[in-house]
Amino acid sequence: MSAVLGLYNYLIVVFLMMAGFYVVISQGNLVKKLVGLGLFQTSVFILYITMGNLSGGQAPIVAEGMTAYSSPLPHVLILTAIVVGVATTALGLALVVRIQEAYGSVEEDDIHAKDLADDEAHNEQAAGTEEAGR
Amino acid sequence: MLIAIAAIRLTDLFAVVMLFGVYSLLTAALFMNLDAVDVAFTEAAVGAGVTTVLLLSGLRLTKRWESRPQRSPILPLLVVGITGAALLYAIMDAPLMGDPSAPVHQHVSPRYIEQGPIEVGMPNMVTAVLASYRGYDTFGETVVIFTAGLAVMLLLGIPNNPRPRPGVSAIGDQIVVKAVARALIPLILLYALYVQFHGDFGAGGGFQAGVIFATGFVLYDLVFGDGSTHAVVPPAWLHRLAALGVLIYGGVGVVSLLFDKAFLDYTALASDPVGGQHLGVLLVELGVGITVFSVVLSIFYAFSGRSRES
Repeated sequence: MSAVLGLYNYLIVVFLMMAGFYVVISQGNLVKKLVGLGLFQTSVFILYITMGNLSGGQAPIVAEGMTAYSSPLPHVLILTAIVVGVATTALGLALVVRIQEAYGSVEEDDIHAKDLADDEAHNEQAAGTEEAGR
Repeated sequence: MLIAIAAIRLTDLFAVVMLFGVYSLLTAALFMNLDAVDVAFTEAAVGAGVTTVLLLSGLRLTKRWESRPQRSPILPLLVVGITGAALLYAIMDAPLMGDPSAPVHQHVSPRYIEQGPIEVGMPNMVTAVLASYRGYDTFGETVVIFTAGLAVMLLLGIPNNPRPRPGVSAIGDQIVVKAVARALIPLILLYALYVQFHGDFGAGGGFQAGVIFATGFVLYDLVFGDGSTHAVVPPAWLHRLAALGVLIYGGVGVVSLLFDKAFLDYTALASDPVGGQHLGVLLVELGVGITVFSVVLSIFYAFSGRSRES
């Protein structure tokens, strides 16, 4: 029973990670993909913080009469990762906005369709100029 | 977990983004429960605050509704199922939560916990590890944030002549909201400064303070009209501020080099080592705070200054 309780957080991590993964690979909307990536990211955060936790421990700020503290190292790593995460999310969102302006859509299928159509038009044009050259 | 499922199922992206904000806040509560106060603090400020605002302003520039996917979800589900099963198998060997004999608590952590408060001389071990022991990492992270900010600038750009429309805001002229914001903003800024300079004693530090400081300005811009913050903090300053923050951080490292110590070895900064550590951590956190503040605010400017063109 204690094994189940001890692993409970890891189960949540796996569930959230897979939920985020599923969104990233199955959904066509780019904004939603970013949210999925965010889910995936938080699951990793929870994994690290869970590992750093110590039963009977305190938050790692020195207090009188306390000897057991949670490990500060995972906290540091995740703290910076969260802020870097928001910066990279913003970067992804900026790319999405530019895609919206270029293609008029943020749906993956539409973008692919438009790309293909553009390629065909380009090829036909190239073939046309070649024939004209002959 | 339920919120995560709801976020997957909904097609209204506005609701998805709001749910994601709620989810972040709950995650912050979980971190608090797991004794990670600094992390909970950051997650609450960043995840629930800034990310939500950024995603919403991104949505404003794209579409609110998602079109229903035509593809079948079977293949992704299969892939996810297999990966999930592999991970479940892997966690069977993971150390139980809170187990003192877990590898995490064996290697460097005891040293940080026992020697950290003596060597660096500050009660908050997270700050000590962040700014002193792992100063290189944090320098790298700061540069990453700076670079991401630069990239957003390159992609979107801040309009040089923003049409300042004071009083014209997306939410209209809301007297109650304005009154509350007017009372809150000075407190937010003051609190950010407290978090910045008190980070070595309690939870907090440059990363959180920068985000909170930026949140104050974002709130001002949202409530008092588009572009009115440009008058307070011109975008041109922000670029310089972001660079200045990285420069302060790197400068501290160079100064310690000049004193014949290793890069970012703060003991060189004062006659006694602990005093030097204190000064160094304070300066480095200041650099981090300035960079994070200006990058977050300029990213917000970039999104809010752009109008829907398509």
